[in-house]
Amino acid sequence: MEILIAFLVMLAIALVAAVLLSVLSHFFAVEENPLKVQIRACLPGINCGACGYKGCDDYAAALAEGGVKPNLCIPGAQQVADQIAEMIGAESQPFEDKIAFVACNGHCEATFRKAKYEGVDTCRAASMLYGGDGACVYGCLGYGDCANACPADAICLIDGIARVNTARCLGCTLCTTTCPKNLISMIPQKTNTVVMCNNKQKGAQARKACKNACIACKKCEKVCPHDAIHVVDNLANIDYSKCTHCEACVKECPTGCLKTAVFPDLPEGIGHKELLG
Amino acid sequence: MEMFKTLIIILLSSVLVDNYVLSRFLGICPFLGVSKKLDQATGMGVAVTVVMLIATAATWPIQYYVLDALGLGYLQNIVFILIIATLVQMIELLLRRFSPALHKGLGVYLPLITTNCAVLGVTINNILDGYTFIESMVSSLGCGLGFLLAMVLFSGLRSRIDESNIPAPFRGLAVTLIAASFISLAFMGFGGIVENIFA
Repeated sequence: MEILIAFLVMLAIALVAAVLLSVLSHFFAVEENPLKVQIRACLPGINCGACGYKGCDDYAAALAEGGVKPNLCIPGAQQVADQIAEMIGAESQPFEDKIAFVACNGHCEATFRKAKYEGVDTCRAASMLYGGDGACVYGCLGYGDCANACPADAICLIDGIARVNTARCLGCTLCTTTCPKNLISMIPQKTNTVVMCNNKQKGAQARKACKNACIACKKCEKVCPHDAIHVVDNLANIDYSKCTHCEACVKECPTGCLKTAVFPDLPEGIGHKELLG
Repeated sequence: MEMFKTLIIILLSSVLVDNYVLSRFLGICPFLGVSKKLDQATGMGVAVTVVMLIATAATWPIQYYVLDALGLGYLQNIVFILIIATLVQMIELLLRRFSPALHKGLGVYLPLITTNCAVLGVTINNILDGYTFIESMVSSLGCGLGFLLAMVLFSGLRSRIDESNIPAPFRGLAVTLIAASFISLAFMGFGGIVENIFA
């Protein structure tokens, strides 16, 4: 008899809980865009962030809302780009491989150290102490946090600054989040015009900190025939959707912070970790 | 006045002296898992506090008016687990609807509150200590706040650990556990203070 009461009490409590949950889940259901679900299923789901969104869910949501290129998924490559283009009814675009790019050319001869730093030898620790020991607070610190983060051993420290070995770069974006100065960005692989500076100080100050700095003279802005380059916050900025790589700005730049073919021809066999042994 | 004093003592002692994470060692899983970032740690702490309060509000009457009345006290554990699991599912549904960012931030740890022993511990201890309904609610609020305090303190500590140069054998979980034990030691200093606060 007693076990029957226990059984019935448990049953009653469980029933109330079940009814409550199913009613709530019915009334507070989150409506998801069916297109988003469809696109999400097509994406690889490894949440690498190479597309520039917070993960596959975020990218799928942005695609479903429209106005976003369907060819941004690096691991998915051409196949996924084609499938998504078909789903959202856009024209299939060729898949663009993106690679990491370090926006600094403050090598040992162009800039100098304002202090002697003897702390923990990571960029993150150094940048916490008055912005680091470099004369330019925006520039590469050269302690190699990005090189250590790189799974493909594609980043080398040459003359005190990080350089990406384009042949090895996977486009995983791990280095972009590691850099405390936010120097590293992803650019289309075929790009050959880049701004190799991140200094947002005014011209004279920037020049004092580094010979190769962008001094915001706006010569590039005036000479660009495609309206692709603009000086924002004392720093030249290229819009790659307009840039045709005509190199007009490169010829005009007085400090040489606008460059073509920036990618150093590193021997394919050598990486930072291998150099360290 | 006497009742007010009792409530204050219950609140303070459950936050500081009998802190669920640091003195009773319950709820260690989210304490180690979600304490990397301050905002997530705070979110988790608040979520656990809310679950503790609602769970106590639901389990106290069930214990006294259903289980004890029918002489089924031995069903306490299983019934409480069932109720807590249901409440956590409800909170997950509501969070997903009204605060997707927090829902995403808490991730897998939100459903894991279901099996968070701190929540079950609070509800059962309230019954064992013979608290009235109001005392039980204050005690769960205190335990929740204590959990929140531990999470916030520990996330601050962990961000400092991240930035320091740790000897290779201690990196990762090892140094985290050592740091947790230091906080726990520090909390032992509160022992005996609260009982004599009004003396």
